Amino acid sequence: MIEEQSLVNGIEPDRYELFESQNYNFHFARRDFIKAFGLGIVFIVPAARALAQQRGQGESGRGANERLPNDIDAWIHINEDGGVTAFTGKVEVGQNTRTTMTQSVADELHVPLDSVHLIMGDTDLTPFDMGTFGSRSTPTMAPQLRKAAAAAREMLIAMAAAQLQVEPKDLRIVDARFLNHDKSKTLTLAEVAKGRKLVKVIPDDIAITQPKDWTIAGTSAEKVDAKNFVTGKHRYTSDVKREGMLYGKVVRPATFNATLVSVDAKAAEAIPGVKVVTDGTFIGVVAPDQQAATKAANAIAVDWKSPGQPTNAELFDLLRKPATGQRGGGGSRPQGSITDGLAAADKKLEQTYTVQYIAHAPLEPRAAVAEWNGDKLTVWTGSQRPFGVKSELAEAFHIPENKVRVIVPDTGSGYGGKHTGECAVEAARLAKAAGKPVKLVWTREEEFTWAYFRPAGVIDIKSGVKNDGTITAWEFHNYNSGASGIQIKYDIPNNDIRFHPSNSPLRQGSYRGLAATANHFARESHIDELAHAVNMDPLEFRLKNIKDDRLRDVLQAAAKSFGWGKAKPERGHGFGIACGFEKGGYIATCAEVAIEPPSDKEDKTNKRVRVIRVVEAFECGAVVNPLHLRNQIEGAITMAIGGALFESIQFENGKILNPHFASYRVPRFNDSPAIEVVLVNRKDIPSAGAGETPIVGLAPAVANAIFNATGVRLRALPLVPKGLTVS
Amino acid sequence: MAKVTSLNVNGKKLAVDVDSTVSLLAVLRNDLDLTGSKYGCGEGQCGACTVLLDGVATRSCITQVGRAAGKQITTIEGIEKDGKLQPLQEAFIKADAMQCAYCTSGMIMSASALLSRNPKPNREEIVTGMNGNICRCGTYQRIVEAIQIASGQATKEVAR
Repeated sequence: MIEEQSLVNGIEPDRYELFESQNYNFHFARRDFIKAFGLGIVFIVPAARALAQQRGQGESGRGANERLPNDIDAWIHINEDGGVTAFTGKVEVGQNTRTTMTQSVADELHVPLDSVHLIMGDTDLTPFDMGTFGSRSTPTMAPQLRKAAAAAREMLIAMAAAQLQVEPKDLRIVDARFLNHDKSKTLTLAEVAKGRKLVKVIPDDIAITQPKDWTIAGTSAEKVDAKNFVTGKHRYTSDVKREGMLYGKVVRPATFNATLVSVDAKAAEAIPGVKVVTDGTFIGVVAPDQQAATKAANAIAVDWKSPGQPTNAELFDLLRKPATGQRGGGGSRPQGSITDGLAAADKKLEQTYTVQYIAHAPLEPRAAVAEWNGDKLTVWTGSQRPFGVKSELAEAFHIPENKVRVIVPDTGSGYGGKHTGECAVEAARLAKAAGKPVKLVWTREEEFTWAYFRPAGVIDIKSGVKNDGTITAWEFHNYNSGASGIQIKYDIPNNDIRFHPSNSPLRQGSYRGLAATANHFARESHIDELAHAVNMDPLEFRLKNIKDDRLRDVLQAAAKSFGWGKAKPERGHGFGIACGFEKGGYIATCAEVAIEPPSDKEDKTNKRVRVIRVVEAFECGAVVNPLHLRNQIEGAITMAIGGALFESIQFENGKILNPHFASYRVPRFNDSPAIEVVLVNRKDIPSAGAGETPIVGLAPAVANAIFNATGVRLRALPLVPKGLTVS
Repeated sequence: MAKVTSLNVNGKKLAVDVDSTVSLLAVLRNDLDLTGSKYGCGEGQCGACTVLLDGVATRSCITQVGRAAGKQITTIEGIEKDGKLQPLQEAFIKADAMQCAYCTSGMIMSASALLSRNPKPNREEIVTGMNGNICRCGTYQRIVEAIQIASGQATKEVAR
């Protein structure tokens, strides 16, 4: 896994995104598969790691042993009706990977899209997977599924040829039918699969179809199960209902890091049907309905002891202090000499940029339904890491992992915010005590408080530039927010780029794009400042310092569609531009902002900043589905507006002060600009993921546009939580 | 406490046995297993729970079921007619106006109420009418497009 390794070795501190492969013994015997699937043909895709090991051991035995490879990425089953089911541990959280991976399988197998069904994120049915994060489904899982489908196609052709008594090379497969050259002999997929009982391990040298030859992939297929969503039929975790199911509620500590002093649950226990569960610091209730559970939880008198804890006001000073006892640290080896680079510069600049904690606020809060059958635990939950949650459950209950099944229904979004299994563990603890299935759905306030946040951060940049626009020195220090997207595509001979972990006062974790937003905000704002320092157009300045063709291409594509340099912004408006690279995707964003009089609700002295137009060019190799890619980019831009303009978690003494949508503002319809997406489709380059990188360009483009409109340089995200003060 | 014993939901009279102060959302989801209406915030701030009460878009999470008794309640499950998707539903698919789609039921219900009081809303009217519904995935531009398609006034094809 080259991509994985480069992320680990290069820059990515693993405390924000988990890349460790678990020590997972995946021993499936051939007969288990046959038992599980019944008739038909199963094609197994060994993981790249397993294939490497096999090569090391020689080729003997593969496909002949009873034992299958330990490490399996995916499998595909062709049933007797000719239906195709593909199995992957990835999950669907709105990024439409279910659709794009289905397209890849159908494309490679030459069968109609609707004959392929994907089983995702069920730890009993799908192969182990580390999780759905890091934009890796498209670059790593889709090719694995393609390999399985390609091998399946070739093996099926051989079987069909034997059945039809023709040479395999005389057969091709079109729309799930095998045809010979003059179509005088045909067979359907079902006719070939009928009565078979086969498990085949695919060879690792199988070639997959290149993007220029795609027929189903590369097209704007609609969301495969869209009908279930527009009719309300899809069952998210919070919609799962089990026989005899009870409703749970957890009593939360008064603050973060509070210790339990005493509990009095007599009043709650007196409520009919209510059971109170206390276990160490865990306090929860179950009841026959949600209302009784809430009432009971509120009736429990708990005394908590809370230590004093910091507020937003102290945040950035705290983050500058080095971390204690944490792994991490990162950045690349320094190049050249900052001292020499600054000495060669005509202008020098030193600035600090900050970002606040923000919340993912997925519209479906954490939810889980847990059910014990004897010593076997099954949990439905919305998680980006089904196998990670499975391990958490096994650990929490001291049971073997094979006694735990985690099922992840297509989930009401995650954005990196659903990597952990706390709700699953809580539901399972309650279910264990109740002896019945229990549903636990976190409230919005719980989701805002007890989940985790995108890290806050402080970034210091010191730089030098010559009057001709050549950047000579680049020193960059990121405290706490992370190392994603910290590397530069600017050709600067003297650079020193570092990430410094800190002790975060709040629980923090992954987020769409991780620190790439913070690092791009700081870098692209600073680049803009340098361009102005030498009186150069911000686009021209970037192009002068960037040699990378892919980045230049998106910059020029965005600028062209935006009309950069052609028209001046009208009075009270401003234009801004930014560009970047992360996780295999290249991005350039142009934004137009309007500075407007304050609305009635806001502080009268501050003006309102609205993002009214955004043009974003994006290149992530070969495009698998232009429609969903556009949608994903538009969504990332819209989400980015929140973090850019107004989203910020407010905290004090271990409490979150704004844990509601009324106090934590997220983008709404009236914040949504006109968005134009320019796709740069590189069919000659393998597809990269696209769920994250499109979010990184908006904040700096908007900050730069505000400067363009007003001459005010804002260096803190969010930029204008209370509007803009213009003196 | 007063009890509610029947509700008119999607054209059918359904028997329930609940306190009148319980939220309509809880009754729909937990007692009637109509789970298309979603819990997003419980505070009327996000619109995921939107249903129609006598045709008026209502946040079911902050509406006591007693207030819905005797009224015609329409949920997302009641939008399809004879197993056929209605224009708004078709338009949401056509415009790809969803990602995780957790907000979609509420969006369609709010849009349905908007179109019944204003059959040809312009962009600004759509934005104003829909502003109480949150799509955290940020598909607003496509939802506006879907509502325009459904009201027969789409000015451009959604970019494919």
